[in-house]
Amino acid sequence: MTPEIMWKLLEIILIISLLIPIAATLVWVERRMIGIWQDRHGPNRVGPFGILQSLADLLKILGKEDWIPPFSDRLVFVLAPVIGAVCVLMSFAVIPFTADIGVSDLNIGLLFFLAMASLAVYSVVLAGWASNSKYALLGGMRAAAQTVSYEVFMGLSVMGVVLLTGTFNLRDIVLAQTDGWLIQSQFVGFSVFLIAGIAESHRLPFDLPEAETELTGGFHTEYSGLKFALFFLGEYLSVTLISAMSVVLFFGGWLMPAPLDTWLPPLVWFILKVLFFVFFFILLRTSLPRPRFDQLLAFGWQVMLPIALLNLLVTAALRLGGVL
Amino acid sequence: MSRFASIEGLFYLAAIIAIVASLKVVTGKNTVHALLYLVISLLAVAVCFYLMGAPFAAGLEVIVYAGAILVLFVFAVMMFGLGIDEMHNAPQSKGLSLWAGPAFLGSLLLVELIFVIDNSELALQLNNQVVDAKQVGILLYGPYLLAVEISSFLLLAGLVAGYHYAKPEHRGGRL
Repeated sequence: MTPEIMWKLLEIILIISLLIPIAATLVWVERRMIGIWQDRHGPNRVGPFGILQSLADLLKILGKEDWIPPFSDRLVFVLAPVIGAVCVLMSFAVIPFTADIGVSDLNIGLLFFLAMASLAVYSVVLAGWASNSKYALLGGMRAAAQTVSYEVFMGLSVMGVVLLTGTFNLRDIVLAQTDGWLIQSQFVGFSVFLIAGIAESHRLPFDLPEAETELTGGFHTEYSGLKFALFFLGEYLSVTLISAMSVVLFFGGWLMPAPLDTWLPPLVWFILKVLFFVFFFILLRTSLPRPRFDQLLAFGWQVMLPIALLNLLVTAALRLGGVL
Repeated sequence: MSRFASIEGLFYLAAIIAIVASLKVVTGKNTVHALLYLVISLLAVAVCFYLMGAPFAAGLEVIVYAGAILVLFVFAVMMFGLGIDEMHNAPQSKGLSLWAGPAFLGSLLLVELIFVIDNSELALQLNNQVVDAKQVGILLYGPYLLAVEISSFLLLAGLVAGYHYAKPEHRGGRL
């Protein structure tokens, strides 16, 4: 094995071993922030400010019985949570954290991200089917319809970025924003991307696949123990992923305008920007109600699709006219 | 040389996975399992595309086929709830006569495929050039424009039919 490959492997292990604890800590951050925003304390008992809450939860989950329902499709039931977590983790391979840090400098990085996002659907759909129970099936079907629809807008919304930068390579997309972030010209694209991202990671207000008030738990009704934890982890990882992608595509990745860029190292800027979006996701969850399922789909096809198409057309026209 | 050999090895590995998965699709009796094998087969084909220097096609293969179309297949299977009955009454359990015809056609295709691969010096194509998004676009809207237009007609027809079926009956949606 060459030293080059050894370094890559080390980098991969390092990134994964940082990402998973961060995603776990996010669970606590979310509960604490929601608590503060709702004028109560939130979990504040375990460790300073309750920061070890996730660790305690993990220990609890490890100690729980890992039950596979006898009426389920065993193989698919076990496979489903793994697919979700693996797909999201794979997406992080193409994220450029800074100019030097990042697992793969893939030329079709953006396509790879979209591909992994569309494969992650299987996790939820198959979990719903394999559980062989009504609520789970309903959740799985909602997930399939919702994610297949919103994938379309997500793909369309980032095509404006590809038009302006002329590349699918995420590192080149960041470098093309040296003179100004793409949010200036792609605000509409960014809005559509963010909304589609929320729907893809099925977070509130678009968490209809699990909607606990109507479906008891949706696709993960029958899951417990470590497998349930994997779904949970996948959800928080995908929140981080969508935030990181928003930063890379529209907010200049690790780049900052001239006076600010020397204050902190690029990696810190990147993490700060990502955290900003993660907090935005959490604030969304506390402040918005859940729409009805037909409202969700109608909103997607009747509002988001025309906006995304129009954005693409206008961007292309302006590009042809030499304005952008 | 060793890099070349390893890429070729990867290609054949992916190809074997694709073939075995495809066989499992047509021999399986559980619909959802068969669909999962189809996903695996498509992913393996995407790897083949990538190794042959067409990363854009590989990406689209995963996004469009594995990520969207097959999700709809799974959706339909879930929606109609194909259960134990279908498994027992499926045509494949009713003897040889039903699959003899398709098997004959399939083996003809296989012979053809082997002939093509044998004559096109696959080894040359494996490492030579990379077909990127721009080239695909130029080809699609240049020499293959007619094919693109014809397939868009087909899709439009499908769309109109789908709209017709989905329209509520009180608005005159019956065909």
